[in-house]
Amino acid sequence: MDWVAVGLTLKLAALTTLILAIVGLPLAYWLATTRRAWRPVIDAAVAVPLLLPPTVLGFYFLMATGPNTLLGRLHAGVFDGSVPFSFTGVLLASVLYNLPFAVRPFVAGFAAVDRRLVEAARCLGASPPRTFATVVLPLSWPAVLAGLVLAFAHTVGEFGVVLMVGGNIPGVTRTIALAIYDDVQALDYAAAHEASAVLLIFAVSVLAVTYSLQRRVLPL
Amino acid sequence: MTLLDVDIAFRYPSGTGIECRWQDPVGEPRVTVFLGPSGSGKTTVLRCLAGLERPQRGHVRFGDRVWLDAARGVDLAPDRRNIGVLFQDYALFPHLTVEQNVAFAARGLTRSAAALRVAELLGAFQLRGLERRLPRQLSGGQQQRVALARAVFRRPRLLLLDEPLSALDRPTGDEMREELRALIRFLAIPAYIVSHDRVDALALADRTVLLDEGRIIQSGTTQDVFDAPGTSAAARLVGVDTILLGRIASVEDGLARVTVGGREIRAAAPADAGHEVALCIRAEDVTIALHDSADLSASNRWRAVVQSEAPEGPFVRVGLNCGFRLSALVMRDAWQRLALKPGGGAWAIVKATAIRTLPRS
Repeated sequence: MDWVAVGLTLKLAALTTLILAIVGLPLAYWLATTRRAWRPVIDAAVAVPLLLPPTVLGFYFLMATGPNTLLGRLHAGVFDGSVPFSFTGVLLASVLYNLPFAVRPFVAGFAAVDRRLVEAARCLGASPPRTFATVVLPLSWPAVLAGLVLAFAHTVGEFGVVLMVGGNIPGVTRTIALAIYDDVQALDYAAAHEASAVLLIFAVSVLAVTYSLQRRVLPL
Repeated sequence: MTLLDVDIAFRYPSGTGIECRWQDPVGEPRVTVFLGPSGSGKTTVLRCLAGLERPQRGHVRFGDRVWLDAARGVDLAPDRRNIGVLFQDYALFPHLTVEQNVAFAARGLTRSAAALRVAELLGAFQLRGLERRLPRQLSGGQQQRVALARAVFRRPRLLLLDEPLSALDRPTGDEMREELRALIRFLAIPAYIVSHDRVDALALADRTVLLDEGRIIQSGTTQDVFDAPGTSAAARLVGVDTILLGRIASVEDGLARVTVGGREIRAAAPADAGHEVALCIRAEDVTIALHDSADLSASNRWRAVVQSEAPEGPFVRVGLNCGFRLSALVMRDAWQRLALKPGGGAWAIVKATAIRTLPRS
């Protein structure tokens, strides 16, 4: 096993999931509750990675963050180095690419919470954030957990975006999925078998957990 | 000094909406019932008062505070209006126990102050022993009490109740109506109740507002509104039968003597002497006779003067003055047999068991 790749993969997946929790939960709550006319546009933007080949997303990401772009120069001014072919670059691209896997289950969970309970909380003096924390989240946590687990697992298995944005730099951007690709290219089938089996078992267990969470109905 | 000054217009994207204007002075009357058929917009009025809907035009002022001023873009959020709302199906938090539901609004209080208030409310609303239950483990009546206890935790300055009794079956509803009236009096907070059931208005309201198609069609003291509905729509809402408000003079063997307009009416006693009651008499339960007769079982026999007659299909609706107005519905051929005309004298006969008595105090 390429333990450096395993460590890097877990780090990438954990950070991606964390950022998605911070960004995705408010975004999903807004999507689940807003009545604004342009909501479908945001909905579509969030869902686009589901249909887009990872190479397309990766390509546009590279174009938008290259050293000669505004974003690239901003990043170079604050940190050292460029966004493409760095861990930061892979992380940002990974967050974008995984947005629908986290946000869509969140939205479904929030939308299933009875609106009257939210209104009751507001009428009892709770601010919107407090209502979210004390009523919405406790009633939708299986969906939230499902979204986080899916995003984590999907990041672990991601290949195209990481390759496009990160290249294949050992210890920096080479994740397990890329390591397997390298092993196959090098005809090291033993190593490829080992890593693939680990990923397969991981994926199946994650899906089992997710589906059991989604089936879990709160005792109402 | 005005308690509530409302002038609002609210329209849903579908086009339906409300347009209402009224003012309530401080002090009595304390309980107002908004009576209207479903779709009349009464729940929307309540939601606008609570701040859950934002009227496109108008203002809401509560005392010296501005809750809504559409022109200036002011719209106070529900959590800043200090109101107590009872939702139609109570909207108890299913993941919280009775105790946690009641204490939901405890933010800002110290732990001991909150515990004290919870204990006080659980006692007042007869919820002791149910502290650790979840809402789904409660009966409809218990759920309503939890919802009310929760709503008044912060000592709101206004209570808003949306169809408080419609979620309950009829016998439970009747029982809870009694309880609700007692609780509202006990709390002594001005209350607005939305209902489609005129019994709610009769039993609970000091003031009744009739709502139809999003507009107030009549408002006034409950007696005035029920006595003299101003339009046919209002008459349909309050029912055209006889409703009399009076006071129980005495009670004997479960039979109450109620004084109305100088006459004595006998009816089943729902409460002790001295209590205010509403008596409901259906027009078809009134018998008209030319002469008084002592060999009838009916306990109520009143001398009456015929005031009006109006054909209604195979029936004739007869307006009688017995010292109070009484509406009777009789078969057309029977009415012809009596050969009575407006101005003529007659007797109105009603069995005590046919009179529905609703306590009001």
